[in-house]
Amino acid sequence: MEEKRSLGKEFTKGIIKENPVLRLVLGTCPTLAVTTSAINAIGMGIAATIVLVCSNVAISALRKVIPSKVRIPAYIVIIASFVTLVQMVVKAYVPALNDALGVYLPLIVVNCIILGRAEAFASKNPVGASALDGLGMGVGFTTSLFIMGTIREILGAGTFLSGADNLLGILGVTFKGFDFTEGLSKIGLAPMTLFILPAGGFFVFGMLIALANKISDEKGLSKAELHGCKHCPMASTCTHMSDEQRAECGMSAKTDENVKTADGEAGNS
Amino acid sequence: MNRLTVSASPHVRSADTVTGIMGDVIISLIPAAVTSVFLYGLRALLVIAVCVGCCVLFEYISRKVLKRDNTIGDLSAIVTGLLLAFNLPSTIPLWMAAIGSFAAIVIAKQCFGGIGQNFVNPAIAGRIILLVSFSSAMTNWTQPLQWKETVDAVTTATPLARLSALDLGGNIASQIAADSELPSLVKMLFGIREGCLGEGCAVALIAGGIYLMARKVIKPAIPFTFIGTVAVIMLIAGRGDLTFVAYELLSGGLLLGAFFMATDYATSPISTKGKIIFGIGCGIITSVIRLFGSLPEGVSYSIILMNILTPHIDTLTRPVPFGFVKEKKSKEKEAV
Repeated sequence: MEEKRSLGKEFTKGIIKENPVLRLVLGTCPTLAVTTSAINAIGMGIAATIVLVCSNVAISALRKVIPSKVRIPAYIVIIASFVTLVQMVVKAYVPALNDALGVYLPLIVVNCIILGRAEAFASKNPVGASALDGLGMGVGFTTSLFIMGTIREILGAGTFLSGADNLLGILGVTFKGFDFTEGLSKIGLAPMTLFILPAGGFFVFGMLIALANKISDEKGLSKAELHGCKHCPMASTCTHMSDEQRAECGMSAKTDENVKTADGEAGNS
Repeated sequence: MNRLTVSASPHVRSADTVTGIMGDVIISLIPAAVTSVFLYGLRALLVIAVCVGCCVLFEYISRKVLKRDNTIGDLSAIVTGLLLAFNLPSTIPLWMAAIGSFAAIVIAKQCFGGIGQNFVNPAIAGRIILLVSFSSAMTNWTQPLQWKETVDAVTTATPLARLSALDLGGNIASQIAADSELPSLVKMLFGIREGCLGEGCAVALIAGGIYLMARKVIKPAIPFTFIGTVAVIMLIAGRGDLTFVAYELLSGGLLLGAFFMATDYATSPISTKGKIIFGIGCGIITSVIRLFGSLPEGVSYSIILMNILTPHIDTLTRPVPFGFVKEKKSKEKEAV
C-alpha cells in the first residue's frame, strides 16, 4: 500500500507540485520557441515525453553499471539515441510537425528536463518509479506547453488548434482547427501579433509562473518543496533554507565547512 | 502640550509633491492637446479621452486588486494617458487605445510596483506594444485639418517616410524642393503634417518644454543633448544641408519624446553627467534607426532602450561625495 501511494506521487508531482516548466523553470528554450501554436506545443510535448520516459527507464536500469565519473556523457548517449529514433519517426509520419519544430526537435537531446530527471531521479531510483517520474514530468511539460500555446495562438493569431490535421493526419483526422479571424474582423477586432512574437512568449510565460506561484503560496508549500531543492547539487551550501526545512526534505543540516566554502566563493566572485 | 517633536530624518522637506509635479506636466501638455484637437478634429479628443479614462480606470482597478493604496490622486495616470494618446494616430480604433492603456498602466507600471518603480516609460511601453501588435492600424496616417474640407479621410505618408526615401548621396536640397508632398518648414513648425496626435505642433511642444524647465520640473540636460545629438548626426548624414536637419528635427516624435518622455524621473539617470550620456545615447539610437533601420521612426525605441540602460548609467556616474579622496592603487601596492 505504502509503495503504491508513493509511486502515484512520483507520477503526480510532475504535473503540479514540481511542474518542470512553471515550478522548476527547466526547458525554457523549447517552451518559448515552439508555443506559437497549440498543435506545435502538443507535438513537442509528446516527443519530449516519449524521450523522457525511455531515457529514464534505460538510465535507471543501467544506474549500477554506469561509472559516476562518466555518467553525463553516458546519459547524453542514451538520450541522443532515443531522440534520433523519435526524430526519424516524426520525419516519416508527421513531416509537417518536423518542419514546424525545426531545430528544437533534435535539441531535445540537451533539454534540461530530460538530463535533470536523469541526474536527479533516474540515477538513484528503481525502474518503475523512474518511468512514472518521467511520464509525470512529461505530462506536466506537455500541459504547460499546451496552455501557453493555446493562449498565444488565440490572442496572437486568432486561431485554435490550427494544423490539427497535420499532427493527427495519420489517424485519419481532417479537422483543421478553429479560425476566429474572420469573426473578429466583422466586429472590428484583430489578433495581437505581439503574442506570437518572442516578447509575447516571455510575457505569457511570466504571467503563468506568477499564477503557479500564487497557487502554491495558497497551498502553503515550503520553499524547499516548491523549488525541488531536494535534488539540487548546491543544496548543501544553499543559504536560502533553514535547518528545519532541510530536515523536512531529508537533507543533512548545514555544516560549517559547507558554509565556509560558500562564503569564500561569494567573497571571491 | 508637547513642544518637542522627536522624529526620524529627513526633517527638512521641499514643497514639491508628486501631484504638483504631475499637475505641471499636465499644464505643459495642454497646448499640444489643444492643437491636436484643432488639427485632427473631435476624433483626437475622443482618443485622448479614452486613453486618459482607461489609464485612470486601470490604475484604480489594479491598485484595488493588488490591495495597495489608491494612487489615482497623484495624477500620474492622467499624464501617462495623455502621452499615450499623443503617440497614437487619430484613426486608431478605440479598443486598441484601451489595450495600449492597459499595457502601459498594468503591465509596465503596476506589475513592477507602481509609480517610481517602473523600469520603462509606461506610455512608450504602451505605444511599442501597440506598434508591434497592430502595425497597420498604428501607421494609418491621415492629413490634418480635414474637418475643414468635405473630402473623406485621405491616407498619406508621414514627412519622415518621405525623408527616409531621399538619396543622401545626391543633391539633398533639390530633392527636398522637388518633393511637392513634403510640407513646408513653416507648416511643419505648426504641425500641419501627417503624424501621431500630439507630436505635430512643434511650437506647442517647445512652449510646454520651456514651461517645465522654468518650473524646474525637468532639467534641460536630456532634451538638449537628445535633440543636439540628432542634429549633429543628421548634419553629417546630410553633408551640411541645414534644411534637411530642420526637417529631421521637426518630424516624427523627436520633440515630444525629448521633452516629455525621455525626462521621466523613474526611468532617466539622476546625475547631470548621467543625463547627458542618456540624451546622447537616445540621439544616436534615434538617428541610426532613422538613417539605416527599416522603420521610419526610432524615438520610442531609443528611449525604451536607454530606459533599460539607466540603472547602469547611474552606477557608472555615481557622484563623488565632497572631500572624498580616491585611494591610489600604485602607492598602496608600494606600501605593501
